[in-house]
Order: sequence, then C-alpha cells, then structure tokens
Amino acid sequence: MSPTPSTAAPAPAAAKDGALLSLRGVSKSFGAVAALTGVDLDVAAGEVVALVGDNGAGKSTLVKVLSGVHPPDAGTITFESREVSVPSPAAAQQLGIATVFQDLALCENLNVIENLFLGRELRALRLDEVAMEVRSRELLRQLSAKIPSVEAPVAALSGGQRQTVAIARSLLGDPKVIILDEPTAALGVAQTAEVLNLIERLRERGLGVVMISHSMADVKAVADRVAVLRLGRNNGVFDAETTSAEELVAAITGATDNVVSRRSRRARAAAGEPGTGPGAGPGDAEEPAAPVAMTKEDGDE
Amino acid sequence: MSDLTTAPPVEQAPPGEPQDRGVRATLTGMADRVRGGDLGVWPVVAGLVVIWTVMQVLNSVFLSSANLVNLAMECVPVGVIALGVVFMLLVGQIDLSVGSVSGLSAAITAVLFVDHGMPAVVAIVAAAAAGCLIGWFYAQVFNRLGVPSFVITLAGLLGFLGLQLLTLGPKGSINLPFDSWLVTFAQLDFVPPWLAYALSAAGAAALYWTGHAKAAARRRAGLPATTEQTLVLRSAVLLVGLAVAVWYLSRDRGVGWMFVLFLGLVLAMHYVLSRTKYGKSVYAVGGNVEAARRAGINVKAIYTSAFVVCTTLAAVGGILAAARLAAANQSSGGGDVNLNAIAAAVIGGTSLFGGRGNAFAALLGIVVIQSISSGLTLLNLDSSYRFMVTGAVLLLAVALDSVARRSRRTHGRA
Repeated sequence: MSPTPSTAAPAPAAAKDGALLSLRGVSKSFGAVAALTGVDLDVAAGEVVALVGDNGAGKSTLVKVLSGVHPPDAGTITFESREVSVPSPAAAQQLGIATVFQDLALCENLNVIENLFLGRELRALRLDEVAMEVRSRELLRQLSAKIPSVEAPVAALSGGQRQTVAIARSLLGDPKVIILDEPTAALGVAQTAEVLNLIERLRERGLGVVMISHSMADVKAVADRVAVLRLGRNNGVFDAETTSAEELVAAITGATDNVVSRRSRRARAAAGEPGTGPGAGPGDAEEPAAPVAMTKEDGDE
Repeated sequence: MSDLTTAPPVEQAPPGEPQDRGVRATLTGMADRVRGGDLGVWPVVAGLVVIWTVMQVLNSVFLSSANLVNLAMECVPVGVIALGVVFMLLVGQIDLSVGSVSGLSAAITAVLFVDHGMPAVVAIVAAAAAGCLIGWFYAQVFNRLGVPSFVITLAGLLGFLGLQLLTLGPKGSINLPFDSWLVTFAQLDFVPPWLAYALSAAGAAALYWTGHAKAAARRRAGLPATTEQTLVLRSAVLLVGLAVAVWYLSRDRGVGWMFVLFLGLVLAMHYVLSRTKYGKSVYAVGGNVEAARRAGINVKAIYTSAFVVCTTLAAVGGILAAARLAAANQSSGGGDVNLNAIAAAVIGGTSLFGGRGNAFAALLGIVVIQSISSGLTLLNLDSSYRFMVTGAVLLLAVALDSVARRSRRTHGRA
C-alpha cells in the first residue's frame, strides 16, 4: 500500500527466474501499421498475468502471436527455457500454449461432452462415449464447474458456464500456459465471479495464465502481475496487490490527468470531499467503463 | 428412433452420484424435452396418425395390407434421395438438384443397360459414380469459389435436366426389361415371412444387446445408466411393433427387399452420424463453422463429403425409381421428386438451418408424404390436390419447427 503517484513504470518486476513463457522484443507489423514494437512479457507457472491496454494497444495481436495465428516479425519466444517458434495454432497447442478466444468457438447444437472433445474424439470409428464422459465429468469436477449436465446442449448454458466449457476444453490438451481473451466480458456479476474462481483454480493447478481484460476490478481481483501495453509497446509491469486501479488507468492511457481520473475527481468534489491526489483512495476505484476513452495524443486506431 | 427414446433426461444426478435411469426417469425426461421445445419425432408421429385416420375414414382401402405394401415400396426411391438431403441440411447447405441428378442417373442406367447391353451392375455403378462426380464438382465450386450451394445446385437442377434429356436421346423413353434382376428387385422381391420375423427378432436383440453393453460399460465407469428393465421394455416394444408390421404386410405380399435396403441405409447413416468422429464433425460444421475449423476439423472436406453423399444417394434413388417404374424417361426425377425429397427431410424434423436432425427424419418424412400421395390417389384426386395438400403439410411442419425453435430458445435449448 505505498502508492506512487508518478506514472513512470516501476522497475520491471519481470525477467523472473523460472519464467515458463518469456517474450523478448517481440514486434509485429501489418503493412505500415506497427501493432507491436519490442514487447516483453513473462509468465511463470502458477501465476496470473493480466494484460491490459486500451483498444488498439496490441493486446489481441500479442495473443495472436502467442497462439500461433500471426508469427512475429522480430523477437524471441522462450518456452520452458527453450527458444521456440510458434508458426501455427497447432504448434502452439503442441508446445502447451492454449488460447480461449473471446468468441469461445463452441457449437451450440452439441452437448458439453461433444464440445469438449470436438476434433479429438476418442476412437474415431466407434466413439468411446463412456471414456469421454468420464473424462469430461472429472475435468469439470476438478474445476468445480457448475454445469447442470454434461449432456445438456451448450445452447442451454449461461455465458459463464460456456466460458467454463471453453476453458475446460483448452485444458484437455494438458497445456502449461493458458491465454484467456476477455473471459469476463459480457458476463453478469455472479458469472464473472464464477469465472474468476475458475482462473484461481487454474493457478492452483500450476498453470501460467495470461488474462486480457478491460475490467480493472477483475484484474485486481485475480491477477498477480499486470502488464500494461500502450500503442504497441510495454508501458510497465505492475504488482496487482499494491497498484491502484487509477495508476493502472494512468499507465493505460499514458497520462495521470485522464478522463477517468477527472471523472473520479469530479465525483469526489460533488460528494464534498476534499480533493485527494490520485491513487490515495483505493476504495474509490471505479471501474472505467470499457473501452476507456482515449486522450488526445492517442492517435492509433 | 431408438436413441431418441433412450436419450437421458437433461436434469440428472450431479457428477459423482451415479443414479440409474429407470423407465419413469426416461419418460419424464422425454416429457421435459417436449415441453422445452425439443419435440423430436412426436409431431411427425402424431401427424402420421392423423393422416392415416383421415385417409382410412375417407377410403377403407387405405390401411389395407395391399395398399401399405405398395406404400412402403413407393417410399424407397424418394426416401433414399431424402436421406442425402438430410446430410446436406445437417451441414447447413441445401441441394436443389437432387431430382435432376436422380433423373440423369436413371437415364444413364437405362442407356448403358438397355441400349448398350452392359450388365446391370456396370450400369448401376456408372450411374452412381456419375452422381458421386457431380457432388465432387459441386463441392469444388463451393469450396474454391465460395458460390452459395443454393445457386450451384439451382444451376445443376437445370443443367443436369438438360444432360438427362441429351442422354435419353430423341426417343425420350427407355423401358427396362421386366425379367432383369433390377426390375425384379424393385417390384417383385419380397422377404419371406419367416425371414422377416427373424430379421425383426434380430433387430430387437441387437437393440437390447447394444443397450445392455453400453449400460454395463457406463456402470463400470460409475456413470448413470439405463436400467435393465427399460432396455428389455424398449426391445420388447420394438419386437412387437416390427412383428405386427410384418404380420400385417405378409397378409399381402410382405416386406419388399427394396424397403429393407432403405432401412439398412437409414441405420447405417444413423450410425455414421451419431457414433463416429466424422458424424460429430458434420453436426459441428452445421452448428458453428468457425468453431469446427478451430477444433481442427477439415471443414472443406466435410462439405465435400456432404455434397458427394447427397448426390450419390440421389443417383441411387434415381436408379431405384427407374427400376420401380421399369423405365427411364424424360420426366424421371421431374415433377415433385425434388421438392418431395427436400420436404421429407424437413417434415421428418431436419432443421433447414443446419446442425439439427437425424437419419430417421428421411424415413418418417417420406412415409408422411407418400401417405398423403397414396391416400389422395385412392380418392381419385389428381396431382393438383396432392400438390396443395403436400404443400400445406410442409408449411405446417416448418411452422411447427419454428414454434419449437422459439420454445427451445425461451427454455435455453436453442
């Protein structure tokens, strides 16, 4: 609880020994647009790293680099202290990097078991339904998932339950790192809590988790470290415990004086409180309505 | 049909608490699903009962053994075509050219067999291969150029009708010899009653045995399983049903081998769709193409296979139709064949929007359509009435499906 009012990034807490997955100097351009420039990122086993940034900051591109959708133009990816290349989604899965994209990619007409095992059914010509059901139930039990029935079509599940199914599916390949793209977007309060519990269970299982989120509350709730991207570059790695939401927002927008801080100052002034410096009251961390409005110098798309 | 009646209820014991499912649980599960808008086969069965009752009241010949034997045989050619259409609808595409393809295949069979004097087998294989090739061609256009299946097959509808006319030549009609085995198979070959009873018993035994093996495996794995009582009851119902049907049809000529072939195709298709990795891929592509692709399914290959299966079955249906008629002519596969095949698949409960339906839809749907057709023919009403009634039934079936879909959505089972 020692808030530093400056927006300067604290000494990078990254480059830990024993990082499971390390990115160094990763760059990616699409034509003339530099989506990522020299980005570093570390994820250790049993650690939740939140990846935050404004729209267009390069979060999605970074995820796509890690999941093998877009190979990087420059930089190195080190996985389990070996330098690796991730040329395709299949290669990423082979390495043990699983990605759950925001749209989940579930088939609503199929049931939970069929979705979990889609594309990797056991015994192609005479499906081993019993083994698949046993494995599905076991997996969902380990995750303490609240699914009404493994034989229910996914259409019958809530958003949080679908997210759970999608995460469970990515776990079937025994990954070491799991990347969650906006896992709590579009979820209700209870469902969000369910998914956050699930993320904590992934951490307990010793997985490295990279979570992209726009919600500062969720980031503060589960993340160990918060990596901020801004305009395709690193803008600091923060300790989630000791950093306030306002500092994160400041790092995301690149200005202490930003729309979010002005709003909270206004709110406090209206409440008749004496003006306090930003970051003084962690309790007032109002969740910035995602997406956070850009400040003037943010010229990216 | 079997798996529809035994599918477990949606609400069930939580994991770790295996609880066997008895007759009552199975029945309540079924009732729950119907209330939730998952109607399954019930509307079709109910519709069939209504149609049969009305037709019987209007003309007492309708439910006679002789008429039902004919009805069963008449179902087969278009039923086989409908089976292919079910496949196409499952991947979320449609084939509007099945009628023309079946007509072309009838023409090829007749020309090779009669005009060129080739063995029937060669003619049949050539016609089926032509169907296969057409499907492959459709798939190439679909996968490579991205033309909607609706348009490709609409072009095929016209194009292959032209090819059919060209193949038949100026004569326009070729009669198949009555003493050839192909015609005999489609018109005169009936299963001897003792064998029909034996097949019924074998079917019931197979249903029991597979159910028993599955329940045993599930119990070993600690999963809830269907009780022995339910399994026995289920098989007994099937046995009695089949035996009564065989007995009734055997008062006349009996069960045609062609109908047995159709049932065999339906069962084979059911197995492929429900118990293989390939079948799950078909449903996945119909449900969410992007999800299927991300799961590593070769989506283009699945589309190709669906086109090929559909046109090949259309070709086989065309051969059977020619054999049944003992002729191939310019109107083979024309008229209402096309729409009857598609209507049968939809009336039987296959969704037009992909990913929903099963092989039994073709069987049930074609029985409904042929019942209407047969009943109206018995009443001496010409095709004008048949078209109108079939059209009304199709509209009713799709409307029912839409209402059920809405109900599924409100019950969260869309």
